[in-house]
Amino acid sequence: MTLAPAARAFEAYVYGYRRTWRGSVLSTFVMPLVYLGAMGFGIGALVHTQSAARSLGGMTYLEFLAPGMLAASAMQVVIGEVTWPVIAQVKWVKTYQAMVATPLRGDDVVLANLAWVGVRAGMTALATYVAMAAFGVVHTPWSALSIPVGILTGLAVGTPVYAFAITRQNESSFSLVFRFGTVPLFLFSGTFFPVSQLPGVVRPLAYASPLWHGVDLCRALVAGHPALRMSLLHVAYLGAWAAVGFVLSVRGFRKRMVV
Amino acid sequence: MEGHLPDVLVRARGLTKRFGSFEAVRGIDLDVHRAEFFGFLGPNGAGKSSTMRMVGCVSPPTDGELSILGMDPRRNGPEIRARLGVVPQDDTLDVELTCRENLVLYARYFGIPRRVARSRADELLEFVQLAERAGDKVEPLSGGMKRRLTIARSLVNEPELLLLDEPTTGLDPQARHLVWDKLFRLKTQGVTLVLTTHYMDEAEQLCDRLVVMDKGLIAAEGSPRDLIGRYSTREVVELRFDTPDHGDVAPKLDGVVERMEVLPDRILLYADHGEAALAQVHERGLNPLSALVRRSTLEDVFLRLTGRTLVD
Repeated sequence: MTLAPAARAFEAYVYGYRRTWRGSVLSTFVMPLVYLGAMGFGIGALVHTQSAARSLGGMTYLEFLAPGMLAASAMQVVIGEVTWPVIAQVKWVKTYQAMVATPLRGDDVVLANLAWVGVRAGMTALATYVAMAAFGVVHTPWSALSIPVGILTGLAVGTPVYAFAITRQNESSFSLVFRFGTVPLFLFSGTFFPVSQLPGVVRPLAYASPLWHGVDLCRALVAGHPALRMSLLHVAYLGAWAAVGFVLSVRGFRKRMVV
Repeated sequence: MEGHLPDVLVRARGLTKRFGSFEAVRGIDLDVHRAEFFGFLGPNGAGKSSTMRMVGCVSPPTDGELSILGMDPRRNGPEIRARLGVVPQDDTLDVELTCRENLVLYARYFGIPRRVARSRADELLEFVQLAERAGDKVEPLSGGMKRRLTIARSLVNEPELLLLDEPTTGLDPQARHLVWDKLFRLKTQGVTLVLTTHYMDEAEQLCDRLVVMDKGLIAAEGSPRDLIGRYSTREVVELRFDTPDHGDVAPKLDGVVERMEVLPDRILLYADHGEAALAQVHERGLNPLSALVRRSTLEDVFLRLTGRTLVD
């Protein structure tokens, strides 16, 4: 399989983005400033106690929160990109129908679409990183690696959600994905507080969630002391989710579009 | 195989498509020859679109043989699709992009260099009379304009075989004639066209040869003239009587012609000489509200073959 056809399909996503980029770029870069400002400074000032400092491993709340936000917001943007837009391409705009009538194969189209989703995750991660730098949280060059980790985290969650979305007849189940998927992941994967604060019974769930691995790795990178074995484990775990999700996405796409 | 174009561009034997237990296409044979304008005529649900999707290499056949441009769609899908033009039944244009952008982006899917794509897009917009709308978004265009744009888009890769799935469904008469005109010009340029339609006049106007499909099978095959000669008479007399049930009048017309068709709102008499048949009707003292003598059309063929009119 050569990548050239997927690269050409990818152009279509870049092209499509040109019509909304102004609003999108603005919100992409403003949101992390707002979030980190409100949570980091606002809540951070409240949790400035000795016991909090112990749970947060000696970090300020902003230092603790920001890398987690980077991974979590990348994931959130990705879920938005692989739900409604997927149904739109199947049913409303019928982009996929147009694409599969050309020499593009199903895997080219899915690869192009998910590569674009990765770009969106990267934009979000970069924006959060810029906000972190603005708030003085960036101290080490290691921390820049949190951007690719943000992309990987996005894809680890995004590819399985894509595989689910491509099987849907309409958008009605997506609000459930948000309510019972995105929101719990967002809240309980160690972004806002350490997973160790959770009751013991639910902790394994948090550790199984791909977001926690992304959050933990980003946090270690930004703090400047990533442990090699743990980092590789995180990357492998996220990579496995992304890879399995991709295979399922291609399968789902073929089942939907090539019948 | 490359470069050498066989004379039969589409060849199917026992071609079958099943969706679960439903058999949409039930083992059809067909050959489409180079430079031919070939049609599938039939009501909705006849299996036309399923057949077109198999020919377009986006739907794998369940059974039977299929060869497109001398290649096997199961193995050479992308190579075949690179040389096909497709006008799908639903518009699949991106309405938020401009006409030109739609063509250029689509051309890129075929790997056509951007510069070539742009100049070809302009030529094609000229061809479908949309040049002055090139920079406009697709959204506000009329149905006819969108169809013409879709036709322009299907030509960006200079296809050897153009597949059109109900290209004029939903268009007003002027828009239809404009589309027909463009398709006819493509034919004169040597493009092989395959079209599905449920409009008799469209098939009659455009097709050199066609198959009538019904319930997943081919009911008849030939040129429009052949089919009319084989399955109908030269002329048809349409009679309307002042009666709630035309079935009551039918016995009084026995023997006027060899074959007649009683419809809820009219009676059709199949005759080689319509006027003579009509004179006989009057001789029998029958006074229809209206009487029309016309040439046979494919509609009559369809009625003969399937026993019903071609409504959806």
